[in-house]
Amino acid sequence: MTPTTTPTAPAPDRPPARSRPRRRWTGWGFLAPFMTVFALVFVAPILYSLYLSVYRDQLVGGTSFVGLENYRGALTDPVFWDSVSRVTLFLAVQVPIMLFLALLLALALDSGRLYGRDFFRISIFLPYAVPAVVATLMWGFMYGTRFGLVGNVNDLLGVTLPDPLAPGVILASIGNIVTWQFVGYNMLILYSALRTVPHNLYEAAEVDGAGQLRVIAAIKLPALRGALVIAAIFSVIGSFQLFNEPSILQSLAPNAITSGYTPNLYTYSLAFSGQQQNYAAAVAIIMGLLTMVIAYAVQLFGMRKAV
Amino acid sequence: MGTPTPLRSPRPRSRSAPGPQGSFGRRPSVALTLVTGLALLYSVVPLIWLLINATKGQESLLDSFGLWFGSDFALLDNIAATLTYDDGVFVRWLINTVLYVVLGAGGATLLAMLGGYALAKFDFPGRRAVFAVVLGAAAVPGTALAVPTFLMFSQMGLTNTPWAVIVPSLISPFGLYLMWVFAAQAVPTELMEAARIDGSGEIRTFFTVVLPLLAPGTATVLLFTMVATWNNYFLPLIMIRDPDWFPLTLGLDAWNDQAATIGGEPVFHLVITGSLLTIVPLIAAFLMLQRYWRSGLTAGSLKG
Repeated sequence: MTPTTTPTAPAPDRPPARSRPRRRWTGWGFLAPFMTVFALVFVAPILYSLYLSVYRDQLVGGTSFVGLENYRGALTDPVFWDSVSRVTLFLAVQVPIMLFLALLLALALDSGRLYGRDFFRISIFLPYAVPAVVATLMWGFMYGTRFGLVGNVNDLLGVTLPDPLAPGVILASIGNIVTWQFVGYNMLILYSALRTVPHNLYEAAEVDGAGQLRVIAAIKLPALRGALVIAAIFSVIGSFQLFNEPSILQSLAPNAITSGYTPNLYTYSLAFSGQQQNYAAAVAIIMGLLTMVIAYAVQLFGMRKAV
Repeated sequence: MGTPTPLRSPRPRSRSAPGPQGSFGRRPSVALTLVTGLALLYSVVPLIWLLINATKGQESLLDSFGLWFGSDFALLDNIAATLTYDDGVFVRWLINTVLYVVLGAGGATLLAMLGGYALAKFDFPGRRAVFAVVLGAAAVPGTALAVPTFLMFSQMGLTNTPWAVIVPSLISPFGLYLMWVFAAQAVPTELMEAARIDGSGEIRTFFTVVLPLLAPGTATVLLFTMVATWNNYFLPLIMIRDPDWFPLTLGLDAWNDQAATIGGEPVFHLVITGSLLTIVPLIAAFLMLQRYWRSGLTAGSLKG
């Protein structure tokens, strides 16, 4: 995600830096407030986390240095791997579905062939403004068989739909909530990228007699590559951090969602219910590294395919 | 943010010219509109469900069809009950949320504005390193930071105070990035030079010349940081134990937990009405400020 252009290239006739010390450091003056808080809430916690992860706090003997012991424990922890494979499955199914839907919707908006395009754009984007807590509660109620829509449909049609809150189904139900929240957001990102396509490209395509599908394949999809890669990276990060939805659904479906359901839920329960902060720090660091590796791989893959 | 900035409409740019692109003036298609309408239904039906069910009392919530009104119309009763339940704790949560949004999102926007301007318009030692570090940090899972931040803050005595929610909200790497991209194209270097030649100091130049130019980008960043802060759940969940400092999200979750607990007082109608009240301000903000986030998103996607 390194930017492709540098906004200010030093002019060749710029006076030597030493003679203009004020100018050289002015930028830092404007950046200093951001960097100060950044150091406090990003850099310091990361360093502290690294420190915590190589110690162990025991009832007997107090805090002692254990090297990579916590990491070894996490890497052989079946609960941890269970949660990782669950979010990986989530990622492999939900992200492609959501991005594909977002792509179709963005192309539909951009085709100029919709009645009420602006109404569509705004309405489909609206769920993004709904807090995860409200989205989850709302869907959770609708999923419910007591006063939810699923119960209504069962009563009306005399059928028995699979319970969305049952252990085998709930991951898909969570995927639906996340898709509902973010499909419009991703649609807008892709649509914005489509709007940056120079108009004369379309005119040239029309002169060449290219049809709509050809225009999509030859002009629009290539123009969307960067935005798609970014959307995919954000979705990967989001999937690996899955926490809010399962955490809130827990009260509605206590049997289906265990305390180690996702890596973040596991970290949270280790640190705050289990008082195992050192071990939790190691688990969180492994997850952070894993996320960065996968996000980086998505970026490499996305850029390579384009060449 | 103290000085009132004149609101300017986004400068006309060729790439955001109004009107459909790539359409060649084709006529709208009924079939395409219908198919896209399915996605529209998917997006709005849950919101309609919420709206309808906020009109039902506890009784008809259980025995009437979800997508139609019950025998009673209790919306106003529900709103009154939500606002007064438990000595008006919902109002307290609302005030807390506004406090977190004003200080957290407002501060985040200010810091991103200053930092983005610095990155875009000044050459200084370590500029590239700053950019790499901040973007790299954006990939760190927020929850990986949560445990150490909590432990640090609790040693500083900040947990269970508003600062524990506000201070971490002040950093928005995405906002910094957006302001950087925006400042690079919206602030002409010649204008800054002219102000300097006129003897204007850097700070005065920023507030009198640069700030008005940054207004559209600022509105976008403000909107997105507002949503992030208003919707924040994980950070306050960790930091705040005292219900008096809960934001709305945490409070609703607490009501839901209470309702789901066997023997707890079932207040589902309050959860539903409270949810509705929680999303109305944000949806209103999005609808009113849409031209800003649209132009801002376009700017952000340019550098993809």
